[in-house]
Amino acid sequence: MTTFAIYAIGAAALVAAGVHGALTRPHLVQKILSMNVIGGGVFLLLIALAYREGPAFADPLPQALVLTGIVVAVSVSAFGVAIARRLHARMGRSGLTEGDLE
Amino acid sequence: MILTPILLPLIGAFLTFITRRSAPLIGTATAALTAASSIGVAWTVGRRGFLSYPLGDWAAPVGIALRADGLSAVMLLTSASVVLPVCVYAVGYFRKQAGEAHAAAGFWPLALLLWGGLNGLFLSGDVFNLYVVLELMTLAAVALVAIGSEESGLAAAMRYLLAAFLASMFYLLGVALLYGAYGTLDMAMLGARLVPEPAAYLAAALIAGALALKTALFPLHFWLPRAHAAAPAPVSALLSSLVVTGSFYLFLRLWTSVFAPIASVSAGQLLGILGSTAIVWGSLQALRQQHLKVMIAYSTVAQVGYLFLLFPLVTSAMATAGGADAWGVSAWNGGVYHAISHALAKAAMFLAAGTIVQALGSDRIVGISGIARQLPVTTYAFGIAGMTLIGLPPSGGFVAKWLLLSAAFASGQWWWAIVMLLGGILTAGYVFLVLGQELSQAGSDHDVEMKPVPRSMEYAAFALAFAALVLGLRVTEPLELLRIGFPFGGS
Amino acid sequence: MNWTFWMPQALLGVSLLTAALIFPLDEEQVGLRTVLNIGGATLKLILVGVIFWGSFRGYEFEARLPFMGDLSIVLQADYLSLLFVALSALLWFVTTFYAIGYLEGSPNRSRFFGFFSLCVTATMGIALAGNLITFFVFYEMLTVVTYPLVVHRGTGEALEAGRVYLLYTLTGGVLLLLGIVWLHSAAGQLDFVTGGSLAALAVERPGTLRLIFCLLVGGLAVKAALFPLHGWLPIAMVAPAPVSALLHAVAVVKAGAFGIVRVVHDVYGANVAASLGLLTPLAAIAAFTIVYGSVRALAQDDLKRRLAFSTVSQLSYITLGIAIVGPVATAGGLVHLLHQGMMKATLFFCAGIFSETLGVQRVSEMDGIGRRMPLTMAAFTVGAFGMIGIPPVAGFVTKWYLGLGALEAGQGWVVGVLAVSSVLNALYFLPIVGAAWFRPAPAEWVPRPVRETHRMLLVPALATAAFSIAAGIAAGLPFSPLWLVRLAVGEIYGP
Repeated sequence: MTTFAIYAIGAAALVAAGVHGALTRPHLVQKILSMNVIGGGVFLLLIALAYREGPAFADPLPQALVLTGIVVAVSVSAFGVAIARRLHARMGRSGLTEGDLE
Repeated sequence: MILTPILLPLIGAFLTFITRRSAPLIGTATAALTAASSIGVAWTVGRRGFLSYPLGDWAAPVGIALRADGLSAVMLLTSASVVLPVCVYAVGYFRKQAGEAHAAAGFWPLALLLWGGLNGLFLSGDVFNLYVVLELMTLAAVALVAIGSEESGLAAAMRYLLAAFLASMFYLLGVALLYGAYGTLDMAMLGARLVPEPAAYLAAALIAGALALKTALFPLHFWLPRAHAAAPAPVSALLSSLVVTGSFYLFLRLWTSVFAPIASVSAGQLLGILGSTAIVWGSLQALRQQHLKVMIAYSTVAQVGYLFLLFPLVTSAMATAGGADAWGVSAWNGGVYHAISHALAKAAMFLAAGTIVQALGSDRIVGISGIARQLPVTTYAFGIAGMTLIGLPPSGGFVAKWLLLSAAFASGQWWWAIVMLLGGILTAGYVFLVLGQELSQAGSDHDVEMKPVPRSMEYAAFALAFAALVLGLRVTEPLELLRIGFPFGGS
Repeated sequence: MNWTFWMPQALLGVSLLTAALIFPLDEEQVGLRTVLNIGGATLKLILVGVIFWGSFRGYEFEARLPFMGDLSIVLQADYLSLLFVALSALLWFVTTFYAIGYLEGSPNRSRFFGFFSLCVTATMGIALAGNLITFFVFYEMLTVVTYPLVVHRGTGEALEAGRVYLLYTLTGGVLLLLGIVWLHSAAGQLDFVTGGSLAALAVERPGTLRLIFCLLVGGLAVKAALFPLHGWLPIAMVAPAPVSALLHAVAVVKAGAFGIVRVVHDVYGANVAASLGLLTPLAAIAAFTIVYGSVRALAQDDLKRRLAFSTVSQLSYITLGIAIVGPVATAGGLVHLLHQGMMKATLFFCAGIFSETLGVQRVSEMDGIGRRMPLTMAAFTVGAFGMIGIPPVAGFVTKWYLGLGALEAGQGWVVGVLAVSSVLNALYFLPIVGAAWFRPAPAEWVPRPVRETHRMLLVPALATAAFSIAAGIAAGLPFSPLWLVRLAVGEIYGP
C-alpha cells in the first residue's frame, strides 16, 4: 500500500465520520465541529496530492488551496458559532427544531 | 476593466461598513457604479466577444483567469438590474423599519459583499477561484438572513449555514479529486483533459450534489423556504433571485464545460426528474401556505425546478448529432432566459410582499384583502411578476417557456412539456390566490391600520416587474448576447 | 417603413396608450378620465375607418416584427381581421359611454377603465394577428386583463367567479400553447394563409395533425364556450354589466370563435380539415351546444344567466357555420360574429339598466317593466327578436344563410337544429317580452328617478338595437355586415 493510499483512505474516513456527525448530532456546536472534521479530511487529501507528484519537491498549489480552505472554514465556523450562541441566548436552546417557521 | 464589477462592490462593502451613518448613500452610489461597470463589461463582450484576463499575468495552470462570455455578460446584467432597484427599495425599507438600525447597518456591507462574490462567480474561469467566491457569496447570504432581529431568522440562518457549509466541503472535495486526477483547476483545461473514469464520476457527483444543495434543488431544498421567508424583504429578494441563480449558473457552467465529456443522458434525465418533482411539489406547497413570504419562497423551490429542466434537453443535444442546432440552442436559451426572468420577477414579488408586510404589519394572505386600493402599484408589480412566473405572454417567462417547450418537442421529450404546463397552472393557482385577495373588497377596514410606505419602495418593485415584462418584448438582443461563447458548437 | 406598416400598430397603440394614461389617474379625476376614454375610443374608430379606406384602395397592411429566433409578431389586416376590428371598435365606442354612466360614483374606476382599455388592445391584437404565436400572445393577454374586470366588485362571489374563469381559460390556454408549439416544431412558423399551408403534411402525418387540431380547437373552445367547456361563462356574469356586454358578448367569447375560424380556414384550410375528418365532429359538438345552451337558458330565472346560456348557444352558430364547408354557410357563421355581438350587447346593456335603475335582476320580476321603461324594453325586444331570428332583425340573416349553406353542403340535419333552436329561443325570450309589455306592473317601482334612466346608459342600448335592425334591413347594401362578410368569404373561397 502506497503512502498516498494510506492518506487517501484516512481522508475518506475523516469525511465519512464528519458527515455522520453532521447529520446525527443535534447540538449545533457538534454539527459545526463535524463540518470541520470533513474539512480536515479534504485538506488531508489535498496535501497528500501535493506530495504524490514525487519526493523531489511538493506541488505548492494544493497547499495554497488548503490555506485558503482553512481560512474559509475558520470564518464559517466562527460565524456559525456566533449564531449558535445568539440562538442559545435568545431561546435557550442548542439545537434546531422543526417548525421554526410557523 | 473586467475586474471592476468585482472590486467596486467589495470596496463599497468596506466603505459602508466603516461609515454606518451614510451607508445608504454610499451603498446606492456603489450599486450605481457597479451596475455601470457591469454594463461596460457586457457591452465589451457584445462588441468584441469572449474576454479573458489572467490575474497578475500568471498563465493558466498556475494563475487564475477571469473570463467573460455571453452567459457571464447576461448574468452580470441581471444581477445589476436586480441589485440596483433592491438598493433603492432598501433605503426606504430600513428607514421605516423602526428598531432595525442593527439590520440596516448590516444590510449594506453584506449586500455589496454578496454582489461582489456573485460577480466574481460569473467572471471566474477556474474551479478553485469559484469555490472562494461561492463561499464569499454564501457567507454574505447567511449573514443577511441573520440580520433580521427575529428568532426565526436566526434559526433559519443556522440551518442555511449548516447546509451551505456541508455543500462547500463536498465541492472542495470534488475540486481536490479533479486536481489530483488532472493537475489543473482551469475550467477549459479540465474540460479538455477529463476522461470517463471513476475519479471524474466521483468528483462530478460530489460537485453536482454540493451545487444542488446550494441551488435548493428538490429534495435538497429544505433550508430555503425558512431562510428566504424569515429574512427582511430586500434580503429575501436578493437571495431568491440572485443567490439561487448564481449557484445554478455554476452548475450549468460546470456541466457544459468541465463535465461535458461525462455528462450522460441518464444523468440529465435524473436532473430533469428532480426538477419536475420540484415544480410540482414546490407549487403544491406554495398553494397551501398561509403566509405570503413563505408562499413566495416555496415558489422559488418550484421555479428552480424549471431551471433544471434545461439539463435533460441540453445533455441529449450534446449527445445527439445535430442536436445542438435542432434544440440545444433553444434549450440553453430557454433555461438561461428562465433564470433571468425569474430573478427579476421573484425579486419584484418579494419586494412587493415586503411593502405589504410593512404596511399591514402582518403577512397572512387572508389579511391582505383589499390592499389593491391602497397600494395599487405594489399590486400591479405583484401581478406582472406573477405573469412572468406563470409564463403568460408577453413576459420573459413566456419566452423561456416557449423555448423550453419547443426544445422538448424537437428532442422528442414531450413529457417535460407536460410538466412545464402543469407547473404553469399550479403557479397561476397561488399567484391568483394572492391577487384575488388583493382585489377583494371584503376587508376595506384596513384604511385605519395601514402604515404609509415610501413611494420609492412601491416603484422599485414595479420597475423590476416591468423589466421582466420587457424581457418578453425585446428578445433578440439578450439572445444575441447569450450566443457569444455558446458552449457546444452549433452555429 | 410606411403607413401600411404603422397603421396596425397604431390601432393597438391607441388603446394601450389610453390604458397607460388612465392607470395613474386619481379616482377623482373623472373629467380627464372621461375625456381620455372617449378620446381613445373615437380615435380608434377613426383609425379603423382609415384602415378600411386603405384596404378598399388595395393597400396591404402588415407589420412584421422580429420576436425570437425564426418567430415574428405579425399584425395584418385582411377582411377577416377587419370584420372583427370593426365590431370591437364600434362596440368599444358604445360601451365606453355605457360604462362611464354605469360606474358613476363606484370605487376603483381608474383600475376598471385601465384594464378595460387593455382588453380592447388585446382584442385588437387577436383580430390583427397574422400567425398563431401572435394570436396566442394576445389571446392570453386577454385572459389576464379580463380577470380584474370579472372580480371588479371584489365580493366573495366575484372572486369565486374569477377563480373558475381562470381555471377554464388558463387550462384552455395551456392546450392551445401545446398545440401551437407542437405544430411549430412539426411545420415551422405558420402565417395565416387562406386555404392553410398544411396540405402536404396532412398526407404525411395525418394522425399528428388531427391531434394538434384537437389541442388547438380544444383550447379555443373554452373561450368560444363549446359544450363541455362552457361552464365559466354563466358564472362570470357576476361582473359589472358593461363587462358582460363587451367582454362576454364580444371580446372574450368572440376571440375563441375567431380563433377557430383562423385555425380551420387559415392554418389547416377547410378542405384539409374536412379531409382529415375533423369538421363533422366539430359541427356535431356545435349543434349540440346550440340546443344544450338553449335548454339550459329556459331554466334560468336570473336574467343575466339566461342571457349567458343564450350566448353559449348563439356562439355555436358561428362554430357551426365554420364547420360546414361552403361559402354560404361560412358567411352565415361569420356574419353571426357581428350580428350576435350587436344583439347580445343590446341585451346585456338592457339587463344592466334594469338592474341599475330598478334593481330588477330576475326574469320573474320583469312583469310590466315595458310600461315603466318603454325605450329600454323596446331595445331589449329588438335584441330578443334578433336572437330568435325574426325578420327584419339581423339574426334572421344569420339563420337564413346558415340553413341555406347547410342544404348546399348536403347537411340537411343542420336545418333541423336551427329550427329546434329557434323554437327554444322563442320559448325563453318571448315570455319575457310578453310579460314585460302586457302583464300588470307591481304597485310601485323602487326607486323612481325622473326619466326612464340615465342617458349615458340608454343611448348605447338604443344605438346597438338600431344597429341590429339596420344590419338586418340593409343586409344587401354596401357597408352592411353581410357585405363585409361577403368580402371575407370571397377572400377564403375565391370570388
